[in-house]
Amino acid sequence: MHNADKLPKKQILSLQLDLQKFEPASAEEKQQQERMRESTTFFRDGMRKLFRNPLSVFSLVVLGLILIVIVFAPMIVPYGYSEIITVNGRRDKTAKNLRPFEYSPVEQAAIDEGQQLFPHIFGTDELCRDYFIRVVYGARVSLGVGLFASLIVLVIGLTVGSISGYLGGKVDMVIMRIVDIIYSLPDTLMVILLSVVLDQVIGSKLAGTVFAKLGNNMISLFIVFGLLYWVGMARLVRGQILSLKQNEYVLAARTLGAKSRRIIKKHILPNCMSVIFISTALQIPSAIFTESFLSFIGLGVAAPMPSLGSLANSARGSMQSFPYKLVFPALGICLIVLSFNLLGDGLRDAFDPKLRR
Amino acid sequence: MSNLLEVRDLKQYFPIKTGWFGKTPLKAVDGVSFEIAEGETLGLVGESGCGKTTVGRSILHLYTPTAGEVRFQGKLVNKNTVAGFRKDMQMVFQDPYSSLNPRMTVSDIIGEALDIHHLCTGKGERRDRVEELMSLVGLNREHARRYAHEFSGGQRQRIGIARALAVNPKFIVCDEPVSALDVSIQAQIINTFEELQEKLGIAYLFIAHDLLVVHHMSRRIAVMYLGKIVEMAEANELNERPLHPYTQSLLSAIPIPDPETARTRHRIALEGDVPSPMHMPSGCSFRTRCRYATEQCAQECPTLREMSSGHFAACWNIPG
Repeated sequence: MHNADKLPKKQILSLQLDLQKFEPASAEEKQQQERMRESTTFFRDGMRKLFRNPLSVFSLVVLGLILIVIVFAPMIVPYGYSEIITVNGRRDKTAKNLRPFEYSPVEQAAIDEGQQLFPHIFGTDELCRDYFIRVVYGARVSLGVGLFASLIVLVIGLTVGSISGYLGGKVDMVIMRIVDIIYSLPDTLMVILLSVVLDQVIGSKLAGTVFAKLGNNMISLFIVFGLLYWVGMARLVRGQILSLKQNEYVLAARTLGAKSRRIIKKHILPNCMSVIFISTALQIPSAIFTESFLSFIGLGVAAPMPSLGSLANSARGSMQSFPYKLVFPALGICLIVLSFNLLGDGLRDAFDPKLRR
Repeated sequence: MSNLLEVRDLKQYFPIKTGWFGKTPLKAVDGVSFEIAEGETLGLVGESGCGKTTVGRSILHLYTPTAGEVRFQGKLVNKNTVAGFRKDMQMVFQDPYSSLNPRMTVSDIIGEALDIHHLCTGKGERRDRVEELMSLVGLNREHARRYAHEFSGGQRQRIGIARALAVNPKFIVCDEPVSALDVSIQAQIINTFEELQEKLGIAYLFIAHDLLVVHHMSRRIAVMYLGKIVEMAEANELNERPLHPYTQSLLSAIPIPDPETARTRHRIALEGDVPSPMHMPSGCSFRTRCRYATEQCAQECPTLREMSSGHFAACWNIPG
């Protein structure tokens, strides 16, 4: 109908393009069109963006340093977290409430005699225990609880959420009402009540098992997390799956004859994984925070075992005389929680498919 | 020519919640019948929301039809037997952006059908087949390891076509495959469809809302309005002698790339909006917007009648 080379005559003042001014593309220029940017996987692309974000690099470095300290410090520092300082095999009762890098009179005497003593980096507490190693163990407990509790939340939330989202209909209705009920409970109150009750119930049954070492309170903490905090994850996963189910590539897979299992495994789960991982990363600081809070009010880990929260609580009494004792565990909580939050934010920005160019 | 696909009185109602307990059926497709011969293209046009896409999906049993039957090569397709027809009937989707899984490489997307139906033994054979399919639809075979988001809209649509071709289907539902693409790419994709039909003898149900595209592609065209086929004829016949008032107004709305002709021609503008498919007007569903509507139209629903050889229309006011 229309011949591209035979355009009507150009009129004066017309903005019509003049074909004479164009020249055909050479073979090389046509090649240019074919070339595409280098192939990257979704994961590699996300990691690249993550490492470009200064805040997430900072939080990764901080978390890495904390991890190195809590793994290696107990190997280097010759004190135990529940061990009263001894000099020459005798308990050193003068090593009470020392300042950072201060030695007790007995220790000073030993050093003057030519002995090598490891310095008390954060000083000592009122029971003559090295404070640095207690803070390190406290951070270990807090991080452990945070990671493990988030894992429990992830497993329960992912399972319930995917069932609810994929099956839909009545199953979805029932599960979501249960979620609503749990969501509407005041969670702090529930955590306190459950920790008290579970402490009584579990206490006797655990004696002699591996779990006894962990302490009743730790176990009840995990159960509390498992019972209460999966709802957010379940909602998130359900929402993701509901929206992914509508995508045409799921329809296309069904047209090709794919079974439900294959569709979930190949099409739905890989596409909501990034959101789930990010939310897990953000769940960790909240779990650490709850654990610290529970330990602070005395419902957390059992006595000789320190946690950052219980350390802060015992330092509270002597805050006037030894303020640094409160500063160290508080700083620990702040650094860990802040880093995980920043890392979570960075992960979200890096892996959010909607922010991709 | 024998009929490859026969659709008889296909109905697809979706229950929509109204109020607290009530459910009103939304009649997305309400009694559609047609047949497609081997290697033929039937065009299906109509405005947005008239049920074109639903027809395509119901044929493939992505939705279980409320009533009616679909026969493929004379054999009945239903919920239980549809798995056996997955290799024969395929679909190309409208949106090239949401129809490809962003986490899969092109070779996995195209090869998925091969995996599901165990069409290949061994990795080498699978790779060869995927590359063969890619060059068949005009893609560079070196790009097999790339992800979907690295391609342009037209290339993505080609990937979608290659995926549908992987099982060697005899029939493909093309669900508005070009409406998300810009015009120059549309032409390329349409040419690809035509080349494939020539090479492989595939029959198409070509769904679109662009009459020009459908006219170019199809031997016969069916026009849909509110879940019903109102007119069906050979492409040229429909273009030259549209009988149904709806088809006439559709044809008059086609933009003409010549300002002189465009200025002088008569355009039939439709008044009002499409009625809600949940509250269908009585009788003929088009009567609320029809210039010729009479008493009879409000009372009785017109059925498809053969006005001349091979030309069907559903209207009371056609001198027949």
